[in-house]
Amino acid sequence: MRNRNLWYWLFLAPALLALAVVVILPLAYGVYYSFTDWNGIKTPSFVGLEHYKALFAEEEFRDALWFTTKFTVVSVFLINFFGLSLALLVTQKFRTNNILRTIFFMPNLIGGLILGFIWQFIFTKVFASVGELIGVEALEGWLSTETTGFWAMAILMSWQMAGYIMVIYISFLEGVPQELLEAAEIDGANSFQRFYHVTFPLVMPAFTVSLFLTLSNSFKLYDQNLSLTGGGPYNSTQMVAMEIFKTAFVENAMAFAQAKAVIFFLIVAAISLTQVYINKKREVEM
Amino acid sequence: MKKKKQSRIILEILGIILALIWLSPFYLMIVNSFKTKREMFEDTLKLPDVFSFENYTVAFERLDFLKTFFNSVLITVLAVAVIIIFSSMAAYALSRRGGKTSGIIFMLFVAAMLIPFQSVMIPLVSIFGKLEMLNRGGLIFMYLGFGASLSIFLYHGTLSGIPKSLDEAATIDGANRFQIFWHIIFPMLKPVSVTVAILNIIWIWNDYLLPSLVINKPGMETIPLKMFFFFGEYTKQWHLALAGLTIAIIPVIIIYFFLQKQIIKGVSEGSVK
Repeated sequence: MRNRNLWYWLFLAPALLALAVVVILPLAYGVYYSFTDWNGIKTPSFVGLEHYKALFAEEEFRDALWFTTKFTVVSVFLINFFGLSLALLVTQKFRTNNILRTIFFMPNLIGGLILGFIWQFIFTKVFASVGELIGVEALEGWLSTETTGFWAMAILMSWQMAGYIMVIYISFLEGVPQELLEAAEIDGANSFQRFYHVTFPLVMPAFTVSLFLTLSNSFKLYDQNLSLTGGGPYNSTQMVAMEIFKTAFVENAMAFAQAKAVIFFLIVAAISLTQVYINKKREVEM
Repeated sequence: MKKKKQSRIILEILGIILALIWLSPFYLMIVNSFKTKREMFEDTLKLPDVFSFENYTVAFERLDFLKTFFNSVLITVLAVAVIIIFSSMAAYALSRRGGKTSGIIFMLFVAAMLIPFQSVMIPLVSIFGKLEMLNRGGLIFMYLGFGASLSIFLYHGTLSGIPKSLDEAATIDGANRFQIFWHIIFPMLKPVSVTVAILNIIWIWNDYLLPSLVINKPGMETIPLKMFFFFGEYTKQWHLALAGLTIAIIPVIIIYFFLQKQIIKGVSEGSVK
């Protein structure tokens, strides 16, 4: 009998230990530190809700939160729009289908840091050349204002993630039975009606998956933000993840940064739990 | 029927145009990486006068690319191997014994997926600093901690479909748990292992923030880390920076061309479940 428990814990131990030391313990410490004056070195003493009051009063954090929210809304819309369009396109019977899918998906294999650097070149140098060529001054200095910096990031993210979302939609679209579409066509449904009444309801679960994937990915964005705009000009395109990093490792305000990190966790967890809730509800309905 | 065929051709042309637009950043990066500093200054749209590999020689050297590439391979291979071995074992234990304890532990792993890296990063660095584990070993252990959740989740789903009678038959033949797992169950998990490997390789190979906090020392840098410093140094010298970026991307593109089907399938399975 004891032998039966021994193998169980031996099999579990490495993964469980890693989870405990790498995720659970730091999270617990993090929540505790956020209520103290911890600075990384000295013994922390309790300060109550001080940091939480301060962080919502701090302009830099509020700006980052607002910028992140705006960016998330816009990029979720764009990524899903392009992702679904590409998926509908490459599920037609083209000879070039496979190569098209391969190309659209490609950016996802390359790290966000490197992609951001490539696009920094496009937005600063290539846009300037194009602007000169066609005589449009608006194409110059794209990364030096907040508005164009915002759109630069939205373009980068749509270009990168549309192919990822496309792959998800494809896996659902290919599950739509061909006979069903043919039957609808015989009954006189046009291509829009076929999409709206047959394909759409069957692809519905892909919407939830894609929506929340893009929602949490955009909200947590760091690498692309760092390498494309670096948060500039004057921190105006700085997102929450970068703001937390700076507070902690540049300004060395560890406990204050940790309070921001706890708020960040609560928002991301709320997004994900909403998804779980919606999925559960749909499973029940089905 | 003819009209249908026509609209299909128009759509296909649209698809091809979009694909060219999608590729254009890579095209511009490569074309300009062959230019001299002066040519770059004049125009970024035309082709270079001469295709010179000089930028590449310089960038390759400054990136210390062989060493940097080796560092990335070392970290990625070890971390992914550790994740595959220990996640499949944990998922096996959880799915075979079941019960309340297993349910709670499984939920713990799944719930951990909700936690973004930034909310644990500060205490994590502090704890591992005190343990003097801010090194490669520590980094691989951290990857196990962050990667185990999704991997266990994927393995667990497949394991519930493998009948327990298989284990029981092997027990009667005198095999112990380790033998059953390694000789019978683990080989059956190969398709999930491929998915788990693909997802974790893409993540770890490209990861910047975690290694920048853990192994940020000369001689240990992975490709993203080295790229960040390299870029900071050459930000006004785009001809070198672009050659560096191209070098960094080439290995990934080569592998992608050979394994594109498996990679796309793996990613879609990993995100849909």
